[in-house]
Amino acid sequence: MINSPSDNVQKLNSINRRMFIIGSFKFFIMVGIVSRLFFLQVKENKKYLTLSDKNRIREWKLAPVRGEFHDYFGNVIAGNFEAYQLHIIPEQVDDFRYVIYRIKDLLELSDAEFNKVLKKKKEIKPWETLIVSDNLSWQKFSKINNHLYDLNGVKPVISISRNYPFKENFTHLIGYVSQANQNDIDTNESIKKNFVPGLKVGKIGLEKTFEKSLIGTNDVERYEVNAYGRRISQLEFQKGEKGKTIRLTIDTEVQKLANELLKDKAGSICVMDIYTGAIIAMHSGPSFDPNLFVFGISQDEWQLIRNDPMKPLVNKTLQGNYSPGSIIKPIVALSALENGIMNTNFTVKCTGKTEMYGQTYHCWKKKGHGFVSLRNAMKQSCDTYFYEIARKLGVDRLSETAKKFGLGEKVFGELFEIEKKGLVPNTQWKKNALGKGWLLGETIITGIGQGYIQTTPIQLCLMTAQIANGGYKIYPHIVVNNDVKAQPSDKYMPLYENSNNIKIVKDAMFGSTNEVMGTSYRSRIDDPKYQFAGKTGTAQVKKITERERELDLKTFEIPYEERDHALYVAFGPYKNPRYALSVIVEHGGNGSTTAAPMATKLFKLIIDRHKIRQSMDEKKYLEI
Amino acid sequence: MYQHSRLITNRFSLFQKFKNLDYILLFCILLLGSISLATMYSTDGGEVLFHTKSHFIKFTIFTIMMLLISFINIKYWFAIGYLSYLVVIGLLIGTYFFGITSSGSQRWINLYFLNLQPSELMKIFIILCLAKYFHRMRLEKVNSIYTILTSLIIIILPMGLVIVQPDLGTSLLIAISGIAVLWFAGVNNRYFIYTMMGFIIALPFIIAFLKPYQKLRVLTFLNPDRDPLGAGYQIIQSKIAVGSGGIFGKGFLKGTQSYLEFLPEKHTDFIFTLFSEEFGFVGSALLLLIYAIIIYRIVAIGASSRSYFAKIFCYSFGSAIFVFITINMSMVLGLLPIVGSPLPIMSYGGSSMLATMIGFGIVMSARVHNQQLIA
Repeated sequence: MINSPSDNVQKLNSINRRMFIIGSFKFFIMVGIVSRLFFLQVKENKKYLTLSDKNRIREWKLAPVRGEFHDYFGNVIAGNFEAYQLHIIPEQVDDFRYVIYRIKDLLELSDAEFNKVLKKKKEIKPWETLIVSDNLSWQKFSKINNHLYDLNGVKPVISISRNYPFKENFTHLIGYVSQANQNDIDTNESIKKNFVPGLKVGKIGLEKTFEKSLIGTNDVERYEVNAYGRRISQLEFQKGEKGKTIRLTIDTEVQKLANELLKDKAGSICVMDIYTGAIIAMHSGPSFDPNLFVFGISQDEWQLIRNDPMKPLVNKTLQGNYSPGSIIKPIVALSALENGIMNTNFTVKCTGKTEMYGQTYHCWKKKGHGFVSLRNAMKQSCDTYFYEIARKLGVDRLSETAKKFGLGEKVFGELFEIEKKGLVPNTQWKKNALGKGWLLGETIITGIGQGYIQTTPIQLCLMTAQIANGGYKIYPHIVVNNDVKAQPSDKYMPLYENSNNIKIVKDAMFGSTNEVMGTSYRSRIDDPKYQFAGKTGTAQVKKITERERELDLKTFEIPYEERDHALYVAFGPYKNPRYALSVIVEHGGNGSTTAAPMATKLFKLIIDRHKIRQSMDEKKYLEI
Repeated sequence: MYQHSRLITNRFSLFQKFKNLDYILLFCILLLGSISLATMYSTDGGEVLFHTKSHFIKFTIFTIMMLLISFINIKYWFAIGYLSYLVVIGLLIGTYFFGITSSGSQRWINLYFLNLQPSELMKIFIILCLAKYFHRMRLEKVNSIYTILTSLIIIILPMGLVIVQPDLGTSLLIAISGIAVLWFAGVNNRYFIYTMMGFIIALPFIIAFLKPYQKLRVLTFLNPDRDPLGAGYQIIQSKIAVGSGGIFGKGFLKGTQSYLEFLPEKHTDFIFTLFSEEFGFVGSALLLLIYAIIIYRIVAIGASSRSYFAKIFCYSFGSAIFVFITINMSMVLGLLPIVGSPLPIMSYGGSSMLATMIGFGIVMSARVHNQQLIA
């Protein structure tokens, strides 16, 4: 024992004192840790519980089922079909190489398609779904199903996809769907909300306009996942809602006829109910099959459509700006009558051409029509007569009447974003737009629908309808809307000063179709049930040179691009009119020979279908 | 000392030894062992897999070993104080040359029947060594330059060997164990204050010498959200796990954070996180209580020991265990930067458990032989 007892006591005192100090420290540190635990687990528990759930619960959204389009009679014109697809989850496959080559054989995949699949496989995680094929034929689908026994991990899946059963018939009206791109997501809130990879959204037409109602809501699957994102178990399945079904005023039979008539032709047909403004048919030709776009169109097919000289991608009914040609004459006549420029007895001598303001203006008939009054001038579409009254009327008064009847502004408002306004010129417009003064010669050619004036086929149809219904304002619509309150208050507002003037114009149009010498006499129907009245138009695409006038070539002798557009508007049945239509055939040559005969066929069908349509309406009221 | 002579006896019967065991401490250790087994079972996803089995075997063997150690007279432990320290130093040097490298650090040495991590053993044997060194020393001599320098060399030598592995965390824990002994031996307060001040001044230089990953840990600790998927991931996920446990926890085997593999290192350093997630605030507080009782018992055994060596060992060991526990818990609760430090007994890992159990064994021996005087 080296240490003295006193030293020992000192040492013991020291160590015990220091132990006491450390002990108190320990106590406080313990309290600190417990309070930290309390803070995390009791006070902040909610926050961390949420974070933990966010960690472990992941949502998978499935593509919503898109709403359908029905025609007036309930036929599905844009619906959904079950697409046969082939999915593989790579991690569930024992020998991926074997399986994928086996599938390549069975599906007869081309090398390009096959490489695309392999590339896609590299981009996804092994437990994610690899879509090998998104639209298999039934034969291939059943073939795969027969070989499933040695294709472990391969899943034949039936998925819902868009289908257009009437193919090219409704393309321009309804549009088509295709895979959503970044632009679609950015510009449309409802697409953003419901987006899932592979979601198909409307690209043009009503599919695009009504995206919000059509899109529906996603099915949502909630899964518990681990830290690597692998699904462990399904916690919940929330069924989404199918998008709304939209019923259109269209009659598929009429639409089909319109498509048939415009086959291999560039043009437009629209048919309208002159009282309700309901569109019965609206077609732009040539058309294309919208089903091509649903699963992505191939480059070849796309080039074929894009480079077609007849421009199938353009919706001519709404986007086509045409000179109305003689179609404008009823409006010129009406404007002149309304403004008291002339009366029915006013006559002009047509010699085939007339000199005005130092320029020669030709009538379409070289020999001239002789002395013509309004009725005859309209009937035979005498240009000289309309040069004269246009001159007397002036462009400003003419444009006022034209605008009243729906020219120069969008018919459907915001419904179609592609719709063009057309152009109804006046002196003010020219000063603002071109910075030049109006020339009187321009008034004269405006009187026969040439020059600056531009109209769309749907505007011409509306114009005709509003003349046919006795001069009352209507609002054309495509979607059946039973909400009466939503209709504008100025519907059925009279557009005339004197209803007699409308009658005079209608009578002149009757003459044009149903009397000898009328421009569309050959297309008439004598049966009063189908009898219609109309006006032909032939719009020049380019100025006719003196030389060409000498040659007087037949339509087929002129190059396609230089041929005149053929136009026709009509309403019927004449005794008790109900429907108006407009027909335009681009570079069709002559309104009376190309466009008017189409109207004959259309009226036969439209009027036959009228009864069925009426019974449909009555049924609706009975249901209420 | 003669007044005590009737109590001095070198012979303890086996029965007496059993009687003298600290049953509260033993019970707490066994309880802790069972809890750690249950937790390990949970980390294995509710199955008896490798970790559970291995942990069970180790715990059983080391508990038996602890009892054996406790039956060996404390004076023999005193006797091998320096030797054991030198053996572990030898092992550390051996690790430097023949060690097994894992995740960038050469910490383990292959002893054929187990992979030993000598640095973990050093946490205990440095206490044993220094306790022996200060046992006979007169209080005046403790503060002599010679003593302090010698004891500092005893501490710095293993620290250096561990730092080069590299394993900063363990070397700091070794230093803490050694410093605890210095404190209880009566080294003047002002040395501690000077060292503290010196450390604070040197801190910027130390940071400059830190390895990039160590700097990252400090930065991450200061703001875990700066890289939530990288360096901050562990702290964030650990806090989420603990916080989402709530008052009563998510229930045994229902800790989603660990079950779904969001928790890193759940067997070892983050075992408390898993426990805390499944058993909540109440469970965690109870676990802390068990640890507190253990430490209290260790200190009480020290207080009742007659020999200065036993006293200094128990106090230092109790404090070291306390520091290990608090550092681990503070780390998983986001109070300290991540340093690799296991939770005694709870964490998976043979060397750590071996060292802790040897420590408990010596403490228990001090209890069994609490009347033993050491010359």
